[in-house]
This record gives sequence, structure tokens and C-alpha cells, in this order.
Amino acid sequence: MLYRESGQFKTSYKADMAIFPIRQDLWGLITTLIVAVVIVPLFASEHMIVGYLLPFMIWSIAAIGLNILTGYAGQLSLGHGAFMAVGAYSAYNLAVRIPDLPLLAVFIGAGLIAAACGVVVGSPSLRIKGFYLAVATLAAQFFSEWVFATFPWFVGGAASMVIDTPKMSLFGYPIESNLDNYFLVLGFVIVTTLLAKNLVRSEIGRAWMAVRDMDVAAEVIGIRPLYTKLSAFAVSSFFAGIAGALYAFCYVKSVDFTAFDLFVSLKVLFMIIIGGMGSILGCFLGAAFIVILPILLNVAAHHLTGGNVSPELITNIEHMTFGGLIVYFLIVEPHGLARMWTTAKEKLRLWPFPH
Amino acid sequence: MPEELAWFLEVLIAGLLSGVMYSLVALGFVLIFKASGVFNFAQGAMVLFAALTFARFLEMGINFWFAAAITLFIMVVLAVIIERVMLRPLVAQPVIILFMATIGLNYFLEGLAQGVWDTQVHALDLGIEDVPWQSVMDATNILISLFDVWAAVICGALVVMLAYFFQKGRIGRALRAVADDNQAAMSVGIPLQLIWAIVWAAAGLVALVAGALWGQRLGVQFSISLVALKALPVLILGGFNSIAGAIIGGLIIGAAEKLAEVYLGPIIGGGIEAWFAYLIAMLFLMVRPQGLFGEKIIERV
Repeated sequence: MLYRESGQFKTSYKADMAIFPIRQDLWGLITTLIVAVVIVPLFASEHMIVGYLLPFMIWSIAAIGLNILTGYAGQLSLGHGAFMAVGAYSAYNLAVRIPDLPLLAVFIGAGLIAAACGVVVGSPSLRIKGFYLAVATLAAQFFSEWVFATFPWFVGGAASMVIDTPKMSLFGYPIESNLDNYFLVLGFVIVTTLLAKNLVRSEIGRAWMAVRDMDVAAEVIGIRPLYTKLSAFAVSSFFAGIAGALYAFCYVKSVDFTAFDLFVSLKVLFMIIIGGMGSILGCFLGAAFIVILPILLNVAAHHLTGGNVSPELITNIEHMTFGGLIVYFLIVEPHGLARMWTTAKEKLRLWPFPH
Repeated sequence: MPEELAWFLEVLIAGLLSGVMYSLVALGFVLIFKASGVFNFAQGAMVLFAALTFARFLEMGINFWFAAAITLFIMVVLAVIIERVMLRPLVAQPVIILFMATIGLNYFLEGLAQGVWDTQVHALDLGIEDVPWQSVMDATNILISLFDVWAAVICGALVVMLAYFFQKGRIGRALRAVADDNQAAMSVGIPLQLIWAIVWAAAGLVALVAGALWGQRLGVQFSISLVALKALPVLILGGFNSIAGAIIGGLIIGAAEKLAEVYLGPIIGGGIEAWFAYLIAMLFLMVRPQGLFGEKIIERV
């Protein structure tokens, strides 16, 4: 009843091509934004913001990045954690070595450096495909871990190899409290989501999808494969770099190469599989799922056993649940939660009639 | 023999012998890839699972061969379950989907292995001592670990056995038919599901042997599953669907890795073992994208 588009007439091509052609979707988005900007800061506790919302939003940006590469352009990457690490370390070095650089420039610069690394890693993608490319991105993962673990230059010569991030300020306003961090990350989420959504609707996004569906055929109809694949790598790593920088600066407030290991790469991959490949909404659903699931498991384990369960066992159960869910989703709903949402919307349009 | 040359040979031989162990893990990948076109990311977790199960049975005081038999039986059951629960519903899906499913399987098996047993480090003693080979040591002044030699012999025997199994007999022919074309094999009446279960069980056997050998070397613990990541460059180098490629690739990677660690490592900071193998494999891919012995990929629209 509520979700029905009767009475909404599109009288121009522009209206037909809008991001949200159906009015209810637009209202939904506006409501979400109001909740995020007004209600959450007013009512959410510190624990809520730091424990759930910050990681959720940062992982969403990372997931959008990987989804562009894997979900839209069809290039499987197991090295997303490496690009996040590059972003985090670049942001640190930009902020420390160029003290006058504005904060936004630091983050965008970190994204650009990560994008450059992405292009380098993606450059074999024209020649090698599928698993071979996945293994190549895996090489980037191990190489980045080694580089950041071996050369103290990246952490300004600190002996411990783990360093605190410098203080941030935006247009003279110091970003200190959790709420400040929340707004900073929220700003990045909104901008990157809008950017990603529009990229995948535009010419370049269509080229990515053509390459994903069949790269030889795409080449035949005049899509430049090299440019298309490398642009996907660049945009994807740009997002990952920003996510990595935000992760280091706003969430854990330190730069540490062990925070971006292979598990991180796989975690982001899980997000897009569960959330839905080739869907921007899916990135958010997947990120929320992966952030909340361990917490839920923890709570459930404590309730069921009365609190005397070892953390090791919970970690193992978490791994089993993740693994099992991945297989389950791939079998039952390869397009993830986003497709379930779409199906639900289709049903709502007709409700209460069956056809 | 001059000191320099002896040292070089020592490193080279140690590298080649450890390369054989990489080949063994790579073989597990190749078996499954040949028969079902699945790149099994969970091979490392299978190695961990097998080694942990084996080590814990031995700790319980069960006879060595009996423990090995039980573990092998468990791996076969696991293979059947994987085929039944995961592969069968995913048949005819794009290979990349299957690959991601095995990443999920990897996590599941890791959690299962460590949840059922535990996350401690377990010693595993196969009764082969890790001592230098004395007679070679006396004659040429080159230090070769006897354990490495034994491991290489066992791997070699296993490879010959599997190669024979794959080439001869009814099942061997069926395996090759399935490897060549799933659908055509099915249409002439080859039971695809049975073949897949057999192949995964064979990969389980390989995982058990690899797990036992690596387990004595490193101790049975989580990090043993990372050995599989070492085997990936071997696969790339050798080609995904060639048993010979897995062996030769393993030898090349093993030797190159050790030589690089010794001669190149000190110059650029050490610890390069983690990625050097990947670098070799990548450079090689640029020249020959299908690997050393891989089948040439022909793409059609």
C-alpha cells in the first residue's frame, strides 16, 4: 500500500533517469539522512557511535570500493586490505610531513596515492584473469604487509611500528570528540556514496559492467579494456584508501600494519558477497551485517552458556558462521541482501494483491 | 669444494627439497581444479584440519597407522559432505562464485578444526629425525636435512601414485573425462558427483600427508594453513591443471625463494620469503599467462 508508484508520472527523460525515480525511495533516503545527521547525534550513546556506527560507516566505504571492482567490473581482488593500508600510511605521512596540509586534502591525497597503487597492481589485469588475477592481488597484500613492517620510514622511524595519528582539525575546528569523528566519517560516507552511485550509472559504470559480463565482447563493441579495468582499480583503491585513512585516524587512532592483514581483505569480500555484488545499497547492508554479527554471536554465547565460554571458541564459532553464511548466500541468493530487499519491494508494490 | 660453492649448493638443495613440500600442497589444488574447475581456496584449511585431527589422535595414544587411517576416513567423509552440501547446489555456476564459496569453506573448516580440537601448538612426531645427512656431510661438506630428504621421497611416491591413479584404470579415465568437459562426461554416463567426491577425498589425502610433514616441521597450529598461500605462486607458475607443473613449479619456487632469502634478503631488508615467490610468479605470468604447463585459454564471444 505504502510503496506504490501510482500517480507519479515521469514527463521527461531527466525524471526517468533520476537516481531515485520512485518518490518513496527518495523519502526513505531523506529519512535516513535526518536520522544520521540529527537523531543519532542527539540520542545515540558514545558506545553506540564508537562501537557500531563508526566501524559500520568506514567498512561501508571500503565495501563500496571493492564492490566497484568486483561487483561492477568483475575483477576479483583479495588485496583490498593492502589498499586500505596504503591509504592509512599515506594519510599519516601527509599529515605529519606536510603540517600545513588541510585535513580534507590529507584524506583525498591518501585516496589518490592508494589509487596509484591500485593501478600498478591492476596493470596485469589485461593479460591475466580470474584466479590468476586474484592471486596477483594477494601478492599485493603480502607485499604491502612486508613493506610497512620492514621500513620504519613509513612510521617516521618509530621503533614500535605502531604510531598514534596526529590531531585533526577541519577549517580551524578541532576534531576531538567521538561525535566530531562521527560527523567527519558521515560526510565522507555521503560524498563517496553519491560519487559511487553516479559513477556506476554513468558511461564508465556501464563500461565496467560490460567488461564484467564478458570482456571480449565488450572489447568488440568498442570499450577500451585497459582503460576500463584500470579505472575500476583506481576508483576502487581510492575508496579503499580513504576508508583505510578514516579507519586509522577516526576509529582506532593509530596506524598499524597488522590492522590491514589478509583477513581484512577477505572481510570486505564477505561484506559484498553477503550484501550483494553490484549494488551500492548492498555494501551498507553487508557492512552492517559483518559488524553486527560478531557482537550478536558474543551476546548469544554469553546468554546461552552463562558467560563461561572461552573467547577462542567464540572466535571459532564466528569463523564457522561467516564461512557457512558465505556458502549459504552463494547457493541461495548470490546477489545477497540487496536482492532480497529488491524482491521485498517488488512484493510490496503489489500487496495486498498476489499479481 | 670451495666454500662459496658448497654454501650455494646447500641453499639450493634445501630450497629444492622444501619446494617438494610446496608441490605437495599445490598438488591438492591441481587435483580439484582438474576435475571440477574449482580453485579450492580451502586447501590450507584442509591441511590444518587433517594435521590437527591426526596430531590429536596421536596424542590420545592411538597407534600411528590407525590414527592415520581414522584421519583419512574423516577426510573422505568431509569430502562427501562438501560435495553434497556445497558443490552440488552450485553446479554450473560461474567459477568465480565457486572460488568464493571455497573461501567461505576455508573459514568454516578453520573454525571447525580449532573449535573441535583447540588452538594450541601440537608437536607431531613422525619418527623421522630432523638431523643432517651424515654421509653426504662427510663427503662434500654440504648440510642436507635427512627429514627434508624423507619428505621429498614421500611426496615423490605420492605424486607417482596419484599420477598413475589419474592415468590408468576406469576411475582414472573417468576423472580425465570429467576434467575435460563436465557435461560431456555426464552425458556418457559418468557419475559426476562420485568423481567429485573421489577427487576431494584424494585432495584430503594429500592434505593429510602435507599436514603431517609440515606439522613436524612447524608444529601443528593455525599458521600451517598459511602454507597453502605459499603454494599459490607454485600453481601460477606451473599452471592450474598440470600435475607436472605443480612439481616443477614447486621446485623452482622453493629454490628461488631460498636463494633470494640468502643472497637478496640482506640487501633489501630480509623477510622477503612472504612475497618473493609471488613476484616470480607474476613476472612469469606476464610472459605466459597460462603458466608453464597450463592449457592455453582460448576465449570466444
